Amino acid sequence: MDHGRTRFVAGFLAIPVTLYLIYVIAPYAQAFYIAFTDWRGVNAAPRLVGLENFRRLLADNVFWQAVSHNLILLVLLPILTLGIALLFAFLLNAGGRGGTGGIRGSKFYRVVFFFPQVLAVAVVAVLFQQVFRPDRSGMLNAPLIALGFEPIGFLSSTDVAFWSILAVLVWQAVGFYVVLFSAGIASIPRDLFEAAAIDGAGGPSLFLRVTLPLLWDTIQVGWVYLGIAALDVFAIVWVMTAEHGGPDHSTTVMAAEIYRTAFQYFKFGYASAMGVVLFFFTIGFAALALRLSRRERIEFQ
Amino acid sequence: MTDVAAFPSRALVREERRRRLGPLSALTHVALFVWTVLVVVPIVWTFLASVKSEDEIFGDAWSLPARLRLDNWARAWEQAHIGQYMINSIVVVAFGTLGTMLFGSMAAYVLARYRFRGNRAIYLLFVSGLAFPVYLALTPLFFVVRNMGTVPVIGPFIGLNTHGGLVLVYIAYSLPFTVFFLAAFFRTLPGAVAEAAFVDGASHARVFFQIMLPMAKPGIVSVTIFNVLGQWNQYQLPLVLLNSDRDRWVLTQGIADISTAAGYDADWSALFAALSMAILPMLIVYTIFQSQIQKGLTAGALK
Repeated sequence: MDHGRTRFVAGFLAIPVTLYLIYVIAPYAQAFYIAFTDWRGVNAAPRLVGLENFRRLLADNVFWQAVSHNLILLVLLPILTLGIALLFAFLLNAGGRGGTGGIRGSKFYRVVFFFPQVLAVAVVAVLFQQVFRPDRSGMLNAPLIALGFEPIGFLSSTDVAFWSILAVLVWQAVGFYVVLFSAGIASIPRDLFEAAAIDGAGGPSLFLRVTLPLLWDTIQVGWVYLGIAALDVFAIVWVMTAEHGGPDHSTTVMAAEIYRTAFQYFKFGYASAMGVVLFFFTIGFAALALRLSRRERIEFQ
Repeated sequence: MTDVAAFPSRALVREERRRRLGPLSALTHVALFVWTVLVVVPIVWTFLASVKSEDEIFGDAWSLPARLRLDNWARAWEQAHIGQYMINSIVVVAFGTLGTMLFGSMAAYVLARYRFRGNRAIYLLFVSGLAFPVYLALTPLFFVVRNMGTVPVIGPFIGLNTHGGLVLVYIAYSLPFTVFFLAAFFRTLPGAVAEAAFVDGASHARVFFQIMLPMAKPGIVSVTIFNVLGQWNQYQLPLVLLNSDRDRWVLTQGIADISTAAGYDADWSALFAALSMAILPMLIVYTIFQSQIQKGLTAGALK
């Protein structure tokens, strides 16, 4: 009996653990080693060079531009997405009625808002590349030109392109959090809202004093998700922007620099050093988020 | 919370709140309508452009097509190989998700319901994968897959530029979330039915496949949806692992390539048709299964 049990446990774990070790754990472990080598070229052999890659990285302006873009996204993407999503979730549920379904048409709105989430980022990137076209063929510039304004270089101006990226990221993410927060609001007991309403709370104070505090756990989860997404931005930049992060590096991010350095310049050691920096940003953010999120949970009966 | 009659004041309260929210209500619908427009218009615009001629596309962006040019769709399907890419995506995601669910649920079940030395360590090993940025692993992963190609007999099926290799990588990178979510799910299932089956002499494997797996169906459905969408929409991994063999590309690669590689002789109307072809199946599947998809994707955040 016990023999069969051991064999069963080992048998069930063998394949998943083996796959995971080969394709996930081993590459991560190797990446830390490669970061200390001068490995370049597909057929060359890596040679240890100590901290040389990191020393060069400190002076690499393009990489630090990428880092600064990721950090701006890390701050703004959660704030904008969560802010807009909270507003819509609150409006859809009319301040929350405790599971009665919200305002008229709220299901329709949730279905529509969520849809961008199921599209591939690569597809969204190509779509907005067309929407942002700089001339009369661009969806946004056509009416501007018709009204006599100068067309906006959504992707061609170094001052604007980064904000276009941020806008598309928010566009795609908002619906997910509207649905998430709507579910959260629906689980708040209706009595709480009615008690607050009897005490004279109006829309805004219902939102600030009842909805927001009771959704706090869910908001924190969303913040962590979006923060990690902000550090991992790749496809939207790589596919949508000129020169994969341009113009003039104005939209580049860490992941794009890692990919470019590794698979276009074949500087594997240097790219891995960038990866290690990204790794510590991610771990640092996760640790920070965990630290800040220690707070008592509110359980409903 | 259902006995309205017992609390007549409720109706009054609601009336009172409706009055209070009254002026806000109009603004509410305006705000919601604006976002609806922001979501819907770019997509509808893409579909319209997919049946325009090249001249119409480069004329005014808001003009309607004079007639429906369905040949754009035919060109995208044939000449831009969207048909081929879509079949590739279907094959890779079908095997990838099947493998992920099979191996993920097996590992999650054992980790959730059996005590043995090393259990906690293996669980943490899987879950730690949730926090790692995949970009750190890209270079070594490329060489791991390249080396797998030199393994005798099976090598040619799992090396670089093979669907088999991509499927194995998808499975491995989908395991952290799948194991994390399903282990939590298996822990909540009652043990009585399984114990009764053991008393009747059922084997461990039989109890898993015939009793516990069916009981975990809601969780399995959620994670399956999560993995299907995640793997279908993946772009970074195929970009690295299927780079040099265009015939094997998946849909996201094909779509991205039409626009990034497009020069002055690009077939723009076919680009819009290709884009529409990538959006349309998602639109159909989403319309049919929207509530399951919403549940599946948000499940991780609500746990």
